[in-house]
Amino acid sequence: MVSLSDYLILSSVIFCIGLVGIFINRTNIITLLMCVELILAAVNTNFIAFSHFLGNEAGQIFVFFILTVAAAEVAIGLAILTLLFRVRGSIDVDVTNSLKG
Amino acid sequence: MSSEQIIFYILSFWFIASSLAMIFARNAAKAVLFLVLGFFSAASIWILLEAEFLAITLILVYVGAVMVLFLFVIKMLNIDKSTLRAKFAGYLPLGIVVALIIIAEMTLVLGNAQFGLDVMPSPARHAADYSNITTLALQLYTTYVYPFELAAVLLLIAIIAAITLVQRQEVNRKKQSISEQVKVKAKDRVRIVTIASPSKEGK
Repeated sequence: MVSLSDYLILSSVIFCIGLVGIFINRTNIITLLMCVELILAAVNTNFIAFSHFLGNEAGQIFVFFILTVAAAEVAIGLAILTLLFRVRGSIDVDVTNSLKG
Repeated sequence: MSSEQIIFYILSFWFIASSLAMIFARNAAKAVLFLVLGFFSAASIWILLEAEFLAITLILVYVGAVMVLFLFVIKMLNIDKSTLRAKFAGYLPLGIVVALIIIAEMTLVLGNAQFGLDVMPSPARHAADYSNITTLALQLYTTYVYPFELAAVLLLIAIIAAITLVQRQEVNRKKQSISEQVKVKAKDRVRIVTIASPSKEGK
């Protein structure tokens, strides 16, 4: 039988891969958005694993809402990306520094 | 090792391998395709956890809609491939060190001593006539009906925001001109034309 800790460790590994992706990809905002998707998938796996092992469906409901919010986030993020590309002609992370942050 | 464990490890391997391939992919379109493979593995793992509705939703919504949207944007933007990965290696050692530390800490916290099978036993499988969709729908339309409607409003706002953001200025927009409509006179719209009526002898 697969234990709960197996699922939790799997999702923490996926979470860290998404985190490293955000660290190392300094050139492409699309890949940053995809790494955020990866992190959300890891979190959702956590929710579903706990929902299964505790016998409570509230975790799956929560994942449902996370999927909704993530879809909205991607739609708006890609719209902003298109706008940025139209204005700057590039989606390089290092070019988008007008806020000097 | 039971068959469930073998399936779990195969799916986990593919999930992790495709995620790694995604973040190291040189081409953004290839990264999207690796992420699709990762989402398929994740959906299979969710089916192993008896969350069938969410697994199908992940494939339909994410692979079918969101990833295709990513591909559309990548094809539309026509990114210069040579600039990608130019400053790639600079942050890689730091990122790997941080990730390994996080994985080690999480393994200590989430290991078998805390969440193993003897601490948290695996629940019995549901019967064959158990419906995951019915269970979720009963919860969703009673206890969580208010957040459910808020989610619908959120999606509507996302549609409007995305369309408003990418719309260009006045290119092809149909709109009313109120002042033109107010100051119009009847003679501007109605034109009286005299037509010679056919004579009776002509037929």
